[in-house]
Amino acid sequence: MNESANKSNGNPEREIVIVIRKMHKWYGQFHVLKDINLNVERGEKIVICGPSGSGKSTLIRCINRLEEHQDGEIIVDGTELTNDLKNVELVRREVGMVFQHFNLFPHLTVLDNCTLAPIWVRKEPREEAEATAMEYLERVKIPDQANKFPGQLSGGQQQRVAIARSLCMKPRVMLFDEPTSALDPEMIKEVLDVMIELAKGGMTMLCVTHEMGFAKTVADRVIFMDEGEIIEQNKPHEFFDNPQHDRTKLFLSQILNH
Amino acid sequence: MEQSAYKPGEHPNLPPPSNTVGPIAWVRANLISSPTNIVLTVLSIWFLYEIIPATLEWAFMDAAFTGESRDECRAKAGGACWAFIGERFNLFTYGFYPADERWRIDLAFVLLCVALLPVLWDRCPFRKYGLYFACAFPFISGWLLLGGFGLMPVDTDEFGGFMLTLVIGVTGITFSLPIGIILALGRQSDMPIVRVFSIWFIEFFRGVPLITLLFVASTMLNYFLPTGTTFDLLLRVLIMVTLFASAYMAEVIRGGLQALPRGQYEAADSMGLKYWTSMRLIILPQALKISIPGIVNTFIGLYKDTTLVIIIGLLDPLGVGRSSLADTKWTGLSNEMYLFVAIFFFISCFGMSRYSLYLEKKLATGYER
Repeated sequence: MNESANKSNGNPEREIVIVIRKMHKWYGQFHVLKDINLNVERGEKIVICGPSGSGKSTLIRCINRLEEHQDGEIIVDGTELTNDLKNVELVRREVGMVFQHFNLFPHLTVLDNCTLAPIWVRKEPREEAEATAMEYLERVKIPDQANKFPGQLSGGQQQRVAIARSLCMKPRVMLFDEPTSALDPEMIKEVLDVMIELAKGGMTMLCVTHEMGFAKTVADRVIFMDEGEIIEQNKPHEFFDNPQHDRTKLFLSQILNH
Repeated sequence: MEQSAYKPGEHPNLPPPSNTVGPIAWVRANLISSPTNIVLTVLSIWFLYEIIPATLEWAFMDAAFTGESRDECRAKAGGACWAFIGERFNLFTYGFYPADERWRIDLAFVLLCVALLPVLWDRCPFRKYGLYFACAFPFISGWLLLGGFGLMPVDTDEFGGFMLTLVIGVTGITFSLPIGIILALGRQSDMPIVRVFSIWFIEFFRGVPLITLLFVASTMLNYFLPTGTTFDLLLRVLIMVTLFASAYMAEVIRGGLQALPRGQYEAADSMGLKYWTSMRLIILPQALKISIPGIVNTFIGLYKDTTLVIIIGLLDPLGVGRSSLADTKWTGLSNEMYLFVAIFFFISCFGMSRYSLYLEKKLATGYER
């Protein structure tokens, strides 16, 4: 079923960036991800939703190997994720990640947070890295906070810094793990606006989120997961207006009618 | 409902009521806030009144600062006999180091201060060169103290007094921190051999009293080493003290490493940073900052534990003091001697403690509430 969905979505001219084939993952005895098959095209925006504990965060964390899968394969930009640390580092360089709790480095200024990886991983000269960082801080609309420490910023500002920090590595894919779940309602919009801008710029994005409005406006495809399986995936308007599975219908009725 | 003086949205920020700020408020809040507090305040004042004048009387007003012997002191005044400390001061400071060569210790001490300045103070002028000097300092001071290469060689048997305390303390502190860091990281390593080695090393050195290790260093090691090898006693003591402190240091730092949210490790990993880069730039700066109180605690413990070397025959300040008391001229002046040594240790340890507070404040970046 997943295969056919991919084909129906797929545009033969577009390049596939992420291939996940027959992927399984266990935490001890617990089977968290079951037979995941997913192809992501360059420039595609995918929103992953589902109840908590359904494995959606684990899935995107497998893509940059913050979690290890035990069976099947994950190929990112032509590099297969294996135990080989070289491959893992190669993939992580190309894949940016934004976390629920921002995970900024509290002992470094905003600017240093942004330049650290370009300088130490990409070996860019400091001036160049700082210029790039200021450019991205401009894009997330907080260039004036560059010399503050993360602890002095609001949650929304911190998350925008986290996005800028990932972008400074000029990644080919961005992963978002519930980027607005830890934010006050007033700050969700400023973060979503930045993500919408990014989507318009053509970034390949995989986003775990409960923001269904965001899914409707931005996503090319919505994936619904439950108990470690991909239950259903479709274009957003099809997904929301005409869900196929009972489990999806139940989920949608619970999150949309409250 | 009472009418507010201001319209909604127009209430200005007002100063707090005058009885909640200022010295009177402070006294009210801290000294006489409750009946128990009043009792404690009165008791404290009475206690200080009893202690301070008597101490000042003994130590200064009724003390003898000159004299050739205890009896001469006693003839002059009924209080402390500081002449004893004055006469033995050089012995307390330099041990039995040859008198003509003592300038080398003075110079090493001055250089120690010069080396510490750029390490401890991040705005020190020419800090980069200062740090290079700090790295070279152990070799320079080793040469100055031991001699050779043009200087008269001095045997470590002749080391003693505060100089010996500083040699052991500074060496232990300098080497136990990096070894402790390596052990703490090793204990968390994914590599089983590294992890098991670290755990056993830490558990062994933490599980054995330092005195036992010092005895091993001074006597038992001779049985294991090939006959005829000489292995300086002070060097053995330095190694044991350092390893002992490293084991404690490792556990303190492990606490800091575990206190960091997992997200910090994940963020570093997700950017593709290599292990040592992320440790050096992201994990350790934060973990060490959290561990500052524990690290300094271990440093202070190590520094004071140097007095244990008296048991294997090295003459630290207490050793010097006790041998001086054996002199019939000065017998019975243990109060003065112990107080003098206590003041020396207190100044050093209090300094370390204050520095750690300064460092904690300096490194605060807004996450602390």
